[in-house]
Amino acid sequence: MVLDRLTRLVLTICCLATPTLQAAAPPSAEEMWQIIQEQQKQIEALKEQLEATNEKVKETDEKVDVAGEMIEQAESKVSKAASWAENTQIGGYGELHYNNLDSKEEVDFHRFVLFFNHQFSDKIRFYSELELEHAVSGDDENGEVELEQAYIEFDLSATQHAQAGLFLLPVGILNETHEPTTFYGVERNPVETNIIPTTWWEAGGGFHGELAKGFSYDVYGTSGLDVNQSGGNAYLIRNGRQKVSEAKANDGAVTGRIKWTGMPGVELATSLQWQKDVTQGDRGVGATLFEAHADIQRGPFGLRALYARWDLDKSNVINAADPAAVGRDEQVGWYVEPSMKGRLWRIPGELGVFARYNVWDNNKGSSTTDSQMKQVNVGLNYWPHPDVVFKFDAQQQDNDGAKNDNGFNLGMGYQF
Amino acid sequence: MPAYDRQLLRAGHRHLCTAFALYETMIIRIFLLLLLAIFSTEPRAKGMYQEPDDFIYEVFAGAPPSPKALWITKPLRDPIEQIMGHPLDSLRVRYWTREGKVAWILEEIGKDLPITTGIVVDRGKLKRVKVLIFRESRGWEVRHDFFTNQFTDATLTDEHRLDRTIDGIAGATLSVRALTKLAQLALFLSEQVTTDVPP
Repeated sequence: MVLDRLTRLVLTICCLATPTLQAAAPPSAEEMWQIIQEQQKQIEALKEQLEATNEKVKETDEKVDVAGEMIEQAESKVSKAASWAENTQIGGYGELHYNNLDSKEEVDFHRFVLFFNHQFSDKIRFYSELELEHAVSGDDENGEVELEQAYIEFDLSATQHAQAGLFLLPVGILNETHEPTTFYGVERNPVETNIIPTTWWEAGGGFHGELAKGFSYDVYGTSGLDVNQSGGNAYLIRNGRQKVSEAKANDGAVTGRIKWTGMPGVELATSLQWQKDVTQGDRGVGATLFEAHADIQRGPFGLRALYARWDLDKSNVINAADPAAVGRDEQVGWYVEPSMKGRLWRIPGELGVFARYNVWDNNKGSSTTDSQMKQVNVGLNYWPHPDVVFKFDAQQQDNDGAKNDNGFNLGMGYQF
Repeated sequence: MPAYDRQLLRAGHRHLCTAFALYETMIIRIFLLLLLAIFSTEPRAKGMYQEPDDFIYEVFAGAPPSPKALWITKPLRDPIEQIMGHPLDSLRVRYWTREGKVAWILEEIGKDLPITTGIVVDRGKLKRVKVLIFRESRGWEVRHDFFTNQFTDATLTDEHRLDRTIDGIAGATLSVRALTKLAQLALFLSEQVTTDVPP
């Protein structure tokens, strides 16, 4: 009975399902063609949509480009509106020193310097350097305000330039480039300080430019020195600087330099200065400075070496007021400074170590007095940033005729 | 001091004076020649060594591809500031690329004025750094091959530094620093663009 009922049920389901099975049969070719046509239409519609989207993306790109250009142009207009500010640059440097020496124990903000430069046109520009020394300036104060540079430079061509005004003379390594981040040792080296004498500026004019690949020259006619002729500082070159402050201008000077920088990290240069009379008409003492130096930094290794020599005229008959009478007809100095610089593990910035041997004699012309000064400096510089430096050095002197001044120095400096 | 020694010293001094006189004469002659050279120099555009367009033409052998622009989006700003020491004063940077080679025209201030530089990077290596326009009167040594050749084949480290030391030029520290930054920037930007590197 049950089997009968089951058989009837199956038969009934089959009968009911037959028309459905007949409807699911494969479509005819005509029906297929219609389906394909419809799908093709859909594809074409999608294609059009895609093209429209691409077009919109392209348009958006163009709009973004135009918007970018407009923003950049607007920024450019703002900067043009402020063209005076754009053509005027401010920079500077400073150095704080602590000296613990036999001669003194003191802390001093030695130099605070500001540069103001202005570009008048593509070919004419102005440079200046204003310095406050020893933090406080005024009557009975230790410091002074000094104008070290104020000159106009003209381009004669892409490689030749003329300049006029008050400027640093092209002599030695430090005289023109003396930002604290650029040299080792807290204080500037004694040879360039006492012989050249750094920092040395005069008023005048001249030319500088490129001679050939790596070779350059400077030649200037300027105001000159006016040295003391008596007392302990007689004929000391450093004390003869007039600093272009109501300076006597009876006799000027000519300075020239030839420099070779034809290899990365290597500078070789020689300078010559001649002055007809360093007493400005009083005694007719002519003087010549010869200086030569090498400044090398190849990879981590550095070497600076410099020789400088002054020759002052002496009379046929030497009298008390003659430079030869105090042995200052010859003043000579030299130094050599090897160094090494690099990064230290993962410590940010760079560390450099150096040693310097300095020899100088401002009484070299004396045949009776031992006056040679010798000083060894060893120390390190740490640059946490290329424009910021912390310094330490120890100095040991071995002087022939003067008391030794030994000890150590600490310093910090910056430039911007 | 014995008289003989004094004579020797005087003789030495005379020789030295003669040497200085010769040196002075030589220097004066050189400077006269210089003056002649200065005033015979033909005037030309201030420090223009190659037009930027000519540089791009030269890099792509006379058939440069169309320029593209890399937008300086937010993720790029921090590393760029780290490299340059300041934000880039541009919303996008144009570049030209073909077969893995990417060319850039970039600018950075040396002492007071911008140095326009053409840089070519090929598959992550610097292939060429050329100063196109130098506008200042000091630091011009950086435009010479003896300086720019140091960049050839340099790559960028993970810290966005060059993989080698670039020896500087005394008196041109800021120009050297500007070119080094631009070389690092070009390598970094090249990492951000897709190039059709051939197999």
